[in-house]
Amino acid sequence: MIPELGQFALIVALLLAITTGVLPLVGAARGITGWTLSAWSLARAQCAFVTMAFSCLAISFMGNDFSVAYVASNSNSMLPLIYRFAAVWGGHEGSLLLWTSLLTWWMAGVAVFSKQLPIPMVARVLGVMSWINVGFLAFMLWTSNPFTRLLPPAMNGRDLNPLLQDPGMVSHSPIIYMGYVGFAVAFSFAISALLSGELDAAWACWSRPWTTAAWAFLTLGIMLGSGWAYYERGWGEWWFWDPVENASFMPWLVGTALMHSLAVTDKRGSFRAWTVLLAICAFSLSLLGTFLVRSGVIMSVHAFASDLTRSIFILTFLSIVAGGALVLFAWRAPKIGLGPGFAAISRESLLLSNNVLLMVAAASVFLGTFYPLLLNVLGLGKSSVGAPYFDAVFVPFMTPVVFLMGIGPVARWKSARLPDILVRLCWAALVSVASAIALPWLAGGWRPMVALGMLLAVWSATSVLTALAGRIGEQGGPWILRFFHVPRGFYGMLVAHFGIGIFIAGVTLVKGYETAGVARLDIGQSIEAGGYTFRFDGTKPVDGPNYRAQRANIVVSREGHVIAVMRPEKRFFVVQKTTMTEAAVDRGVFRDLYVALGNAAENSNTAWTVRVQIKPFVDWIWAGCLLMAIGGVLAASDRRYRLAVRERRQAASGAPHVRIRTQAAIAAANVANVANAKETRS
Amino acid sequence: MKGRARRACIVAAGLVALGGDTALVLNALNANVMFFVTPAQFVSGSMKHAARVRVGGLVQRGSVERDASGLTVRFMIFDTAREIPVLYRGPLPDLFREGSGAVAQGRLLPAGVFLADQVLAKHDDKYMPLDVAEAIKRARSTLGVSVTAADTALVPAGVTR
Repeated sequence: MIPELGQFALIVALLLAITTGVLPLVGAARGITGWTLSAWSLARAQCAFVTMAFSCLAISFMGNDFSVAYVASNSNSMLPLIYRFAAVWGGHEGSLLLWTSLLTWWMAGVAVFSKQLPIPMVARVLGVMSWINVGFLAFMLWTSNPFTRLLPPAMNGRDLNPLLQDPGMVSHSPIIYMGYVGFAVAFSFAISALLSGELDAAWACWSRPWTTAAWAFLTLGIMLGSGWAYYERGWGEWWFWDPVENASFMPWLVGTALMHSLAVTDKRGSFRAWTVLLAICAFSLSLLGTFLVRSGVIMSVHAFASDLTRSIFILTFLSIVAGGALVLFAWRAPKIGLGPGFAAISRESLLLSNNVLLMVAAASVFLGTFYPLLLNVLGLGKSSVGAPYFDAVFVPFMTPVVFLMGIGPVARWKSARLPDILVRLCWAALVSVASAIALPWLAGGWRPMVALGMLLAVWSATSVLTALAGRIGEQGGPWILRFFHVPRGFYGMLVAHFGIGIFIAGVTLVKGYETAGVARLDIGQSIEAGGYTFRFDGTKPVDGPNYRAQRANIVVSREGHVIAVMRPEKRFFVVQKTTMTEAAVDRGVFRDLYVALGNAAENSNTAWTVRVQIKPFVDWIWAGCLLMAIGGVLAASDRRYRLAVRERRQAASGAPHVRIRTQAAIAAANVANVANAKETRS
Repeated sequence: MKGRARRACIVAAGLVALGGDTALVLNALNANVMFFVTPAQFVSGSMKHAARVRVGGLVQRGSVERDASGLTVRFMIFDTAREIPVLYRGPLPDLFREGSGAVAQGRLLPAGVFLADQVLAKHDDKYMPLDVAEAIKRARSTLGVSVTAADTALVPAGVTR
């Protein structure tokens, strides 16, 4: 009964989505107020029905209803309750349901939090988002229905993939999807702006907080995925350049470019066409990412068995979304206009350079991910592109990005003077160069790549401090109060940029100074690595809810003092008959100790191969990502986005050296905007 | 500088940068693309020894041998027609099992042994590497090997589909 209810809810949601895709869009175009206003209630109804479908599937999982095919193949009565809930998105069908649920929740969010925007604009945004929802709901109902019954019902389920039975994985999927789906909001704002032809700066201001929030979620999602891979896959690696990781990284790169381009469009009115293009790109890559994971087009650990009808549907849907958006863009772009100009050295030009570099980096990841597919299609044989390619390409692209990132916040809008910038960043540059020379010596040996990494890391941090000092210096009043005058968005930017520095420091130091050792150890034997001694005290059997495990006891000491007792496990999952390595990690600010069990020795009952690693500063990688996400949240929650009518004066005060002529032009545009908004409201 | 000259400079700089990027990317791609080879292709001698490649197939049942330290592993990868010995030092992935699909990454030594620096085993009951499935299919069709009951038992369900 419950699954049928879920199925019914999905069908109703599809019909509602089609209606939302038609009525408000036509209403907004023709000025039919009733139709336009229907967007709000329709969006809420969609949200309610999709949520109902999601709840029905969750109930089926929690109640072990193995007459539902999807539940039977992704759950088991022995599975702990929390994983039975998480198993809802453990497979292809359920993850699609999660996707549409999140999309409707974002829609509800737009409906609730956009009171200050013109009504036709929001109606169009909701309409465009509904069309995306139509695609997903149709895909689910026709090719991947999570509610299909299994006749006769299974006695018990085939269990959730053991790799997914982990807290990191449980949260990773929904959060990364929040990011993907969030870019749908930016995309819909861009498409609505194209549809209405009102591509002024106001559009950029409205879509900024949504884009930044989506980006923060994506950052957090990628961080969780990487952290999960680190301890769950037993190798102690945090990034594999696996196609699926790349699939989430490409939208992140383009999303980063979009966020910065939106800032320019919002504050200065330039880059409008470029911003729209980036919004289309970011969402198309998010869609590609969603499907790449699930379609099996590219071989990967995450992929499920592929299915031809699904692939065809996916390709059609992708080409309609991306192709349609690009055609609309080509048709409307000539009307957009260029916006005010800027000098060769200005914050605009720096942001533009970084945008281009980020896009080139995204393109190189795209090429590396799809090149094997291309070769295969051309009949040149099966191949793969490994991590060395991405390492070789990424460092040269990202070095100038990080360098420019330090300059951008201290350069003025419109036209900056090079000597000013040099004077302001002088000490930051000196400290960075000094650290690049000195820090690798202290850390354990000078190497060129480590020096470059430290240069960039310290540069990110010191340039952030310079920018903050500059901004504080501009404010008037007592010192303490000045900190409160600086807008939250500016702090968000600084925190995120600082996070990049922490991230680079982590990557550099772990790549430069990690040590590892492998040995076959019997009880009482030990292995030394990086000054630590790991003594193996044997294993004992442990039973989990749906697995049997051997848990080792390993005592770590340094210079005779016991530091930690680590308990790595080898788990055997009974239902799926798979073995999993559960590594033990002793975390620390300056180093992680990482121990994983290999194989049990054949000629002995007690000996195992044990792999130990010392990973200096590895947690800084995720700390950096976390700071970036926090920065995103700070920026998205800035007060200025919540103001009913935009106060241009505030924006102008951020750039006090703008010439009077442009200020007058902005004021005129502002008046026109307000008039426009009033017109559309009435 | 006049507006037009400056614009020309910017365009030229952009083109140079783009050209440099393209060269960098293509060079890196060329140096790092690894082809997938089947044991049959190795045995027929159509592969050069020096190139880094991936070889994939099923792990021959009963072929996995470890040395006294338990760290160095030797096993046969076969595509139901031909087989090739693989030597690997290091911990094997959890999903590595006799009779299941595996992909070894490394190079062929002149002695005819494949020295792997990485072994991947990505499969579960439903899924196995597409490359491996295809290698087996190709071996069957080109070498005229008949599909015996024993073979089909080795190939997980879903591959033959």
